[in-house]
Amino acid sequence: METLAPILAAHPFFKGLDSRYLKLVLECASRETFKPGEFLCRDEGEATKFYVIHHGRVAVEIYRARRGPVTIQSLGAGEVLGWLWFDKPYHWHLDAEALELTRVISLDVACLLNKCNQNHDFGYELMRRYAHYLAVQFRVTKLQLADMYGK
Amino acid sequence: MKANLPDPMIPTPFVVQKVKRETADTYTLDLTRPEGPANFAFAPGQFNMLYAFGAGEVPISISGDPARPETLVHTVRDVGNVTTAICRLKPGDALGVRGPFGVPWPVAQVAGSDVLIIAGGLGLAPLRPALYEVLNHRGEYGSVELIYGARTPKDLLYPKELERWRGRFDLRVHVTVDAAENDWRGNVGVVTKIIGRARFDPPNTAALVCGPGVMMRFTVLELIHHGLKPEQIYLSEERNMKCGIGLCGHCQWGPFFVCKDGPVFRYDRIKDWFERREV
Repeated sequence: METLAPILAAHPFFKGLDSRYLKLVLECASRETFKPGEFLCRDEGEATKFYVIHHGRVAVEIYRARRGPVTIQSLGAGEVLGWLWFDKPYHWHLDAEALELTRVISLDVACLLNKCNQNHDFGYELMRRYAHYLAVQFRVTKLQLADMYGK
Repeated sequence: MKANLPDPMIPTPFVVQKVKRETADTYTLDLTRPEGPANFAFAPGQFNMLYAFGAGEVPISISGDPARPETLVHTVRDVGNVTTAICRLKPGDALGVRGPFGVPWPVAQVAGSDVLIIAGGLGLAPLRPALYEVLNHRGEYGSVELIYGARTPKDLLYPKELERWRGRFDLRVHVTVDAAENDWRGNVGVVTKIIGRARFDPPNTAALVCGPGVMMRFTVLELIHHGLKPEQIYLSEERNMKCGIGLCGHCQWGPFFVCKDGPVFRYDRIKDWFERREV
């Protein structure tokens, strides 16, 4: 756990987080590595983890019947994956495939939610950061929907 | 005494030497004078009025290398009657050319700076000469980053050249698309998101941006968010240019004629008009 602290502290999502809160996050953290072609999550799978990517590249895909998967977003170092663990039914709605060797810190969401419930100040801080992340995601998604390059 | 200057309203005939299909609806034409290669000096970012005989005239940015003025290069998207006529031309066919017109990218003026070249869709065509010019004088610039976004991988212009550029050690190339099939191993996401990955020193950076209006608007916001000032950002605007010399008024945009005062504008000079719906 010791070696995860500097990685988490330097990650944009957690940068500047109070050391007491960082300690709480670390208690839910473990290290995972995905080889190219391995999936971090699959559509309909239970969303039990929140991934903090610190190395590699991930394709976020939606599977279309008879047409195969379409990549809707690439994620890399400094980004996070997983926002469905906040809301029922806690299932993934997409696939995420490692495009290259990808190293993440995976956070156990049950553990994280539990700590949020126990310490509302920590919960607020986490939600605040999450709200910012979601706002950025919405902005990006709106731009994608605008079909900027169409005729 | 009367100066012996060519009349800017009279097209000069050029001959199509080569036509290359870039995407499903976009073609690059190499043109020369009928009597053979002749220098056609231009500055990066300038445009020509291309006259398809019997169809009409359209403004098209020059997309070739300013250091190779013997061939005039234009990349044209088939979107209307005149561009359809141009895209159907074959080697040996004639095309009228008036120009070059307009204010170019400030490539020489920003020497000494880091350079961000940010293109969306067909916007790479008017920016390509600027990149050529920077690379032709590479030692005069700091970090050089090309950020290019398109709708899908099939819509990327100049893919072979992008590969060549990506292989250089003195240029960082970021390519992204809005959506892709599973065989695309590159980035998927909007151009604005890539800006955070580029290496540049904000106070010493010039950003040259060309693409659809929505893309430029959000790119400007992102550049300012990353520390650039409005006077460090240059945009190429598109309007209905007709005469090319600021006489007819077709391309009037507030106090500007885009053909004469643009198409390249420094953002701080146009920000009051940028995205204003009434003009």
